[in-house]
Amino acid sequence: MNGVHDMGGMHGFGKVEPETNEPAFHAAWEARVLAMQRALRFTRAWNIDMSRDAIERLPAHVYLSASYYEKWALGIERKAIECGLIDADEIESGRALRPGKPLPRMTRSDLPLASTRGSFSRPSAAPARFKPGDRVRTRNLNPPTHTRLPRYARDREGAVEAVRGCHVFPDSVTTAGGENPQWLYTVVFDGRQLWGAHADPALKVSIEAFEPYLEPA
Amino acid sequence: MYMSGHDHDDHSELSPTQLRVRALETVLTEKGYVDPAVLDLIVEHYETKTGPHIGARAIARAWVDAGFKAALLADATKAITGLGVAVGEHLIAVENTPARHNLVVCTLCSCYPWDVLGLPPTWYKSAPYRSRAVMDPRGVLADFGVTLSATTEVRVWDSTAETRFIVMPPRPAGTEGWSEERLATLVTRDCMIGTGLPRQPDEAAP
Repeated sequence: MNGVHDMGGMHGFGKVEPETNEPAFHAAWEARVLAMQRALRFTRAWNIDMSRDAIERLPAHVYLSASYYEKWALGIERKAIECGLIDADEIESGRALRPGKPLPRMTRSDLPLASTRGSFSRPSAAPARFKPGDRVRTRNLNPPTHTRLPRYARDREGAVEAVRGCHVFPDSVTTAGGENPQWLYTVVFDGRQLWGAHADPALKVSIEAFEPYLEPA
Repeated sequence: MYMSGHDHDDHSELSPTQLRVRALETVLTEKGYVDPAVLDLIVEHYETKTGPHIGARAIARAWVDAGFKAALLADATKAITGLGVAVGEHLIAVENTPARHNLVVCTLCSCYPWDVLGLPPTWYKSAPYRSRAVMDPRGVLADFGVTLSATTEVRVWDSTAETRFIVMPPRPAGTEGWSEERLATLVTRDCMIGTGLPRQPDEAAP
């Protein structure tokens, strides 16, 4: 999806402004949102790709004006409604109006698991098509749905630097296509290949590219 | 803030965002999907247990132990798990050298190695950082007061999948004989993202 979330190479957002001694959270509600996000993983109703997809589908003006945890909260609402866990009228009334679905709920004993990332590695159906050193070109893909190939790196030539295993394919799992595991590669590009002849000659940028994003150069 | 559509004069009132998040938690709790007591524990974990001290410990170990450094660069998940810390799969350590400086970003969302650096700072999640890091990393570094030689390669890692990256900076000069624990005080969060350099010995926390 060619959304405003795909920010690499955009101009006009201004300087980066680090905050000295930044706290973990700037308000108590932010912490509740983070905790809900982590705990809801255990319902297995949706995965991290679906969470990202839900946030990317927010209207562009909302995406740009909402804070990080506001986007998360809106994403949780959307997924919980889309997956049939809750209904919009329950959010409006602030209480459950119907019984919940019987889904696994995170307990205290799951806490160590909640603090590490989930595993997205999967067995491969076929050998990896590329190896380190191979020249590749990213495909010129513009799906209206979720993808992890950023716009700035489409239709660009680069080199495979590493094979990172076989993983759940975000483009597929967010479009009812199942996990459809794909090989993942670190693909590195010269800055000038991405940004033109006047770019910094000493710049290199890599992306983590799923095999369907690539073709031999 | 987007959810706060209008200002409240009465500060005792909850903001629209607070009300909406509270409503969400209440509904999810009443329907049996989350347990508020478990949510409290998750918050406590992120406020008190995780943080960049975990990554700093690994970097300091690599500075004093060449075998550990090789293991960290070969498989950072395995190496740091060996220190007794739970780390997710596919953590990759990348080494800064005089010839190459590494910088980590996630242009599409805000992927970040939480298990070794804690929660990401707001700037890492911000549009200015996400938009500029891949096109103008030297400009971003200037925002952090960091200037590199023009001939130093800048390598930007865009975290577009479930791999995560931690930068290993070189050990500062003048730290010969320092203990691992003392060295860890020089390893800042930003130097493990690539937007900073390690503290110098004279800048060490007392």
